[in-house]
Amino acid sequence: MTSEQNFEGVAIPVIAIGTALLLFSLFCAGVGASPGGVLASIYTAGFGSWYAWQNSLLRAAPLMLCGLATALPAQAGVITVGNEGAFVVGGLAAAAAGLATTSGPPLLCLAAMFLAGAVVGGAWIMLAAGLQYYRGVNAVISSLLLNYIGIALLLQLVEGPMRDPDSLNFPATFPLPLSHQLGRIPGTRIHYGLVFGVVACLLGWFLLERTVWGMKLKIAGGNARAAKLVGLPLGRIVLTAGFLGGACAGLAGMVEVAAIHGRASQAISAGYGYVGILVAFLSRQSPLRILVVSLILGAVLASGGSLQRTHDLPDATINVFEGLAFLSILASEALAGRLGFLTALFKPVSTEVADAKL
Amino acid sequence: MQSSDSLGNLGILVAIAGGALRGSIPYIYVSLGECLTEKSGRINLGMEGILLMGAMTAFAVSDQSGSPWLGLLAAAFVGGLFGLLLAGITELPGVNDVAAGIAMIIFGSGLAFFFGKQFVAPMAPQLPVIDFGQGIANAGVHAALRISPLFVLGIAVAFLMHFAFERTRWGLHLRAVGDAPDAARSMGIAVRRHRVVATTIGAALAGIGGSHLTLYFPGIWSEGISGGQGLMAVALVIFARWSPLRCLAASLLFGGAQALGPSLQSAGISGFYHVFNASPYLLTLVLMVLSCSRTRRLDGIPGSLARRG
Repeated sequence: MTSEQNFEGVAIPVIAIGTALLLFSLFCAGVGASPGGVLASIYTAGFGSWYAWQNSLLRAAPLMLCGLATALPAQAGVITVGNEGAFVVGGLAAAAAGLATTSGPPLLCLAAMFLAGAVVGGAWIMLAAGLQYYRGVNAVISSLLLNYIGIALLLQLVEGPMRDPDSLNFPATFPLPLSHQLGRIPGTRIHYGLVFGVVACLLGWFLLERTVWGMKLKIAGGNARAAKLVGLPLGRIVLTAGFLGGACAGLAGMVEVAAIHGRASQAISAGYGYVGILVAFLSRQSPLRILVVSLILGAVLASGGSLQRTHDLPDATINVFEGLAFLSILASEALAGRLGFLTALFKPVSTEVADAKL
Repeated sequence: MQSSDSLGNLGILVAIAGGALRGSIPYIYVSLGECLTEKSGRINLGMEGILLMGAMTAFAVSDQSGSPWLGLLAAAFVGGLFGLLLAGITELPGVNDVAAGIAMIIFGSGLAFFFGKQFVAPMAPQLPVIDFGQGIANAGVHAALRISPLFVLGIAVAFLMHFAFERTRWGLHLRAVGDAPDAARSMGIAVRRHRVVATTIGAALAGIGGSHLTLYFPGIWSEGISGGQGLMAVALVIFARWSPLRCLAASLLFGGAQALGPSLQSAGISGFYHVFNASPYLLTLVLMVLSCSRTRRLDGIPGSLARRG
């Protein structure tokens, strides 16, 4: 990595976030709120206290897993958007596995849920990745379709065969006993889903950056033809990357069921999957960046309610902020390789720079 | 004597058909708009945000100005602005249209909910309806034949778009841009301009679709008003295999069927209601798997969509 790329790695996000803050400030001023006050409230509600940190971390956990769901297959060259579907069927499978094993000890029950969620979610994205590799079906399209199929499956089973007759107005499966739900990290309100998310990101980073398999995967993603020429098992790599990504989304669904709702219902499809796609792109499909982006985004999401209380602004204010931030960060990708004039400003003119330009 | 009884079952059928027509309108506009966008080789996943923005804008303008037609125009205009923004961003080098589309969902729904919060008016002035059933005594049949002008306009747009794709130079160029951008560029076609225009008009259509949600009975604005229709219509275009006329048919079939959920449930189909709703997507997936291979691709798919990834 050259110093120019290093400079861009810092400068581009700074420019993008600066633009987003400026646009959002203009928006706030336009609707008669104090931009500084609103931004300060967002910060306070996200990171201002241990209580706020816990809120942010709780929301970051599913984003980490859903971000990986897009990032891992993308590293192997397959773009999928099936996170929401994999999340939902993972949660559904986890609920089914959990309800079938409630007679056993809690740890066994949770292990069954973990496995069921990961395997079913993994199979879901592996299907889309495999269809692209073996049949040439665009994985964006097939995984988008799989989202609706997954959600329909959830609704059908929750309102039909898996329905708890007592859930009258809001159909849901039978609840898991409290003893068999995913607990909280001692001394906090944060459930163990956060541990899953952080470990998954670290494992993802380790796999991609520190193992031979990760190198093969990135070669496959970078140049499929070259990968084939050097004899890499391209199909197996694509399928595995799809499975691992989907397993993360399925696991996020399992956490949603096992730690938050205690049962599967329509409520588990809350859109984390779709936000996860954005997390992956904003992180440029890198697991460590996903960790950071998820945390920041979790903090932003956590601050929605506080704007209502302190500034009398609708909850949706935070979505406007998010939207502006996403759009300017995505647009800032275009700056890559175009900041030469800035580099010159920040570095003393030397022969090195002159050489680089030749 | 012609009484309501003698119409009997026929009357119920007509009433059901009327409901289907109403329910299909947002789907018609969003799927046609998406079809136009995808023909140019881009995916606009942000239709849900644009639909909501259209719905809120139409309501707000109709409420403030007293003219639903002005509301309709404003919805189309705002939809077009969003399309232009999306197209502008995705034309930048290195920007992925899938990610930008999802950002548009969040931005569009955020803005719609933000400004929509203030419009507490219970009802805005609504678009007039065209009464095809004048003089029919049966109340149910008469109600069913009171058709929104947007439905008639939607059919016209579908045929116009079909004609434009098949019979005009612009349509040919647009399809070339979507099928093989490099070849189109070498022929001197302005690739970027075609994509931007298609995405903008497509989003304006989605804005009109949104206006139907708030300018037709019951004519109220709420945050749950779109119910994910903007997202589903994107998948419907794939089911319709990128043909405007098939988009129209698919919207009538599935938009209508969803609108009829309650009556279907009373007819005993409730057991498989959700599976039925997902059937177009399942069917499309199966169709794609069967008709694609490493060397062949889905009939009708714009080339630059088939080759991605």
